Amino acid sequence: MPVRVQSEDFDVGRELAALRREDPRVGAVAAFIGTVRDVNDAAAVATMTLEHYPGMTEKSLAAIIDEAKRRWDIVDALIVHRVGELKPSDQIVLAAVTSAHRGEAFAACEFIMDYLKTRAPFWKKEATPSGARWVEARQSDDAAAARWDEPPVKAG
Amino acid sequence: MRDAATASITVVYLARLREAFGTAGERIVPPGDAMTVGSLRETLVSRGGVWASELGAGRAVRFAVNHALAGPDTPLRDGDEVAVFPPVTGG
Repeated sequence: MPVRVQSEDFDVGRELAALRREDPRVGAVAAFIGTVRDVNDAAAVATMTLEHYPGMTEKSLAAIIDEAKRRWDIVDALIVHRVGELKPSDQIVLAAVTSAHRGEAFAACEFIMDYLKTRAPFWKKEATPSGARWVEARQSDDAAAARWDEPPVKAG
Repeated sequence: MRDAATASITVVYLARLREAFGTAGERIVPPGDAMTVGSLRETLVSRGGVWASELGAGRAVRFAVNHALAGPDTPLRDGDEVAVFPPVTGG
């Protein structure tokens, strides 16, 4: 299953080993791990609670991986995203891609994260000294996702 | 065959909007046959108060119909699930 939404933490080493499965076609593994910062918008963050929309979230993550596979010659991809209450330094998300060469793995991994941040239904709520607040979406994330509007030609 | 008496859509409110509206969702019976995402939004805004302030013109709101992102022209049919939520902030 290339997509998981879970409250439990994940072990990056185990996840990458499972993704590679000792497949000899794989010459590159790119992985991104998002973690909880202790400061956001000038306020200390004690905890962060992540909410999702069960059903749609999994479908949208699977669709993002399908789109990455359509655009690049990659072997496989994985997204693990946590929900529930997290603390600073906790892992939030893992996006990983395997391919024959590093270019496709790097690009597809960045694409997956840019689309995840703007299309997958997750919402963050932070507990700060002045109370709880929902995190606002960032314009810079929309700009990052828009870079991929023109799909690259799939390399032979 | 469509039964006008029972035709209804399920509306789900998520994240900040669920807290603002004080409810996770409701069933709405469309007033006519031609309800769209845009006309649903207008119906909700017409309630005034927090509905108007959260969903009014200029507010960034996303809609999904049956788990797929949907624009204002998307038609709504009996049994559809419409989710209403703020721009996403995962990752």
